[in-house]
Amino acid sequence: MKIDPNKKVAYQEIEQSLFETQKKIYPRAISGYFANVRWLMVWFTQILFYGTAWLTWNDRQAVLFDLATRKFYIFGLVFWPQDFIYLAVVLIISALMLFLVTAVAGRVFCGYACPQSVYTEMFMWIERKIEGDRSARIKLDQLSCPSPRRIALKAAKHSAWIALALWTGFTFVGYFTPIRTLTFEVLDFSLGPWELFWILFYGLATYGNAGWMREQVCKYMCPYARFQSAMFDKDTLTVTYDSERGEKRGSRSKQADYKALGLGTCIDCHICVQVCPTGIDIRNGLQYECIGCALCIDACDQVMDKMEYPRGLIRYTTEHALSEKLDRHGIIQRMLRPRILVYTGILALIILVSILSLTLRSPLKFDVIRDRGLPRVTENGSIDNVYRLQIMNTEEQPHHYIIEISGIPGATIISDADFDMPAATTKVIPVRIRVPAGSARKGSNKIILVVRDRDNAAVSVAEKAAFLIPH
Amino acid sequence: MADFNNEWWSIALALVVVISMLACGILLWSQSKIKVKIGADGKPLPVETTGHVWDGDLRENNNPLPGWWMKLFYGTIVFGFAYLLLYGGLGSYKGLLGWSEVDEYKAELKAGDEQYGPLFQKFLAMDLPTVAKDPQALEIGERLFLNTCAQCHGSDAQGVKGYPNLTDKDWLYGGDPQTILATLHEGRNGFMPPMADAVGNADDVLNVANYVLSLSGAAHDEAKAQLGKSKFAACAACHGEDGKGNQAMGAPNLADKIWLYGGDINNIVEGINKGRKNQMPAYNGIIDEDKLHLLAAYVWSLSNNPANGAQNSAANESASKILTNPASK
Repeated sequence: MKIDPNKKVAYQEIEQSLFETQKKIYPRAISGYFANVRWLMVWFTQILFYGTAWLTWNDRQAVLFDLATRKFYIFGLVFWPQDFIYLAVVLIISALMLFLVTAVAGRVFCGYACPQSVYTEMFMWIERKIEGDRSARIKLDQLSCPSPRRIALKAAKHSAWIALALWTGFTFVGYFTPIRTLTFEVLDFSLGPWELFWILFYGLATYGNAGWMREQVCKYMCPYARFQSAMFDKDTLTVTYDSERGEKRGSRSKQADYKALGLGTCIDCHICVQVCPTGIDIRNGLQYECIGCALCIDACDQVMDKMEYPRGLIRYTTEHALSEKLDRHGIIQRMLRPRILVYTGILALIILVSILSLTLRSPLKFDVIRDRGLPRVTENGSIDNVYRLQIMNTEEQPHHYIIEISGIPGATIISDADFDMPAATTKVIPVRIRVPAGSARKGSNKIILVVRDRDNAAVSVAEKAAFLIPH
Repeated sequence: MADFNNEWWSIALALVVVISMLACGILLWSQSKIKVKIGADGKPLPVETTGHVWDGDLRENNNPLPGWWMKLFYGTIVFGFAYLLLYGGLGSYKGLLGWSEVDEYKAELKAGDEQYGPLFQKFLAMDLPTVAKDPQALEIGERLFLNTCAQCHGSDAQGVKGYPNLTDKDWLYGGDPQTILATLHEGRNGFMPPMADAVGNADDVLNVANYVLSLSGAAHDEAKAQLGKSKFAACAACHGEDGKGNQAMGAPNLADKIWLYGGDINNIVEGINKGRKNQMPAYNGIIDEDKLHLLAAYVWSLSNNPANGAQNSAANESASKILTNPASK
């Protein structure tokens, strides 16, 4: 058609929203190696999550974050707000592990361990059991008028989802308030308002995210997808469609010589698109929507088997492996690149240091606060200073402590210098220190207070303090 | 603030808030649609770019956000209006719920009182010596003491120059539980007038000071003490003929070795010349009755409880040696 540039064409225009209406995705169920690994991870993470709350340790819940008393129990360890650094260390280790794993094998965390994927997988399983697989679900949703069967199935699905979601919320709260007590409170409807709120809130979040939002969370809410390109390089394993092998795609009969037809091995069956939980076409190349779950690999391999073509049209491979024709050995060799080694080195160092620091962690912490008043001068000219020792026994066993003083010759503690500390408590001990006349210069003098365990020489902490001598 | 007491400001601020929120909504609504040409097949053509161009060739691709995202944005505006309506925030409007931080604070205090009240009430119903035998009461008392009293009397309650030692048996106003409680309630105003004129000249003052030292058997000049004895009559009105003090008016015992301002001759001369003025604040109305009860029991226990006995005898011994403070020289 020839267009005359001088002639104005009256285009018809309509207004359209710049925002997208969500297209519902109906992922097809698939079995295979990666699907099995995925389910293994679902079981592993969820037994860990739902199960750990019920374990006991020394007559208390093994893992309990007691916010009210600010004590955080993890098996044999008790953490206090003063141990906040360990939380920071855990977060740093998690971040570094994420960097390392992403550089090696792409977003495997997303596909296998991220709660969003794991709960979506569980919710989809329920959906499949009740409404059937992909085609059945599409058909069900296409019914123009809501039939009784559709209403019944939807009701059943949402009930099951809500039940699972509430159980998840209940378990979550069970890490903050003893889960056995919580069970009784649920059974006789005596939950506190905040317990109820958090069970419902966490439950609702689970139901909404895993039931309704699903891939929308990954695509629009999660930042990880948006900076994946900063963590990937050309040697990162990703779920990749081998276009050289696959193109030109097209349908053919199994008996046909596809090479003679000018075709690649992709039969354009769209199975890889149908199984994708984020609804993308992996054949368009690496996309930020891809969560690396590899279900398309399972799907494609099954098709390749049926067609009697070699497997691996879609496979975990790297950009370099494709362009330089690297074999498995070559890919593994490239894994030992500087980026990976640096990540691993830093990670190993931090883990080592934190384990060391955790084992050497003293069950005793104390602070010295000098009374603000004037020093006292006694009859023979010796000087008294009074201090408050804020002492903390972080362990779940009692200790007997002794206070010692050094730094000024002749300095003595004239109040009680030994005392009992019950398990996991803090205490304020007033301490009076006397320094003989003339043994320290006027003004501020440094003294060192040592609190040590009477029965265990390893437990000993020293703190500096100022001793004032009046002019 | 006075400038803003005018009602007009309140309305102006409310208008700014409301107009800004509405403008956000209008901006969102106006920018969420685009005119699309209809293609030859009657279907709208895909929107490749938003039509915005920078630097001649930088185009903004159309990466549509999901519709729920936009609806959430509208939702925040609706939430904002609901919030302002319920909680106030539009100028001086107080909100339908009448919520305020002060009320919240009071509610928390009330909840705290309801939770711990019965415990305090239990101790309040008991007499002080009984409370002083209860370990839990002493624990609470100690905490109250460290918060409120330790600033002056010291963490170990043994005082410092000008602030009495509370662990010994020497009391300015009496050490029985009820008197301690009365001291906490009403406070004490210790006042000794400058006595130099009443005693005589500088020599007389020195003589009286030596006599005072002789009362407790401290080192003194015997000749001067004898001269000062007659002049002590001016002091006896409060401290008594024997110098043993008078707890009814808070006049200290001069015949023991405990000195509030130091037992050096210079300290005593200073006291006679300039007088002494001291104050213990009244805690009535600052600290609740039930807590004062616990504090009184704790303070009394420091010098009376057999459970604390071992600690206190050592403390008393050291406290009684506080005689002089070179800072006053």
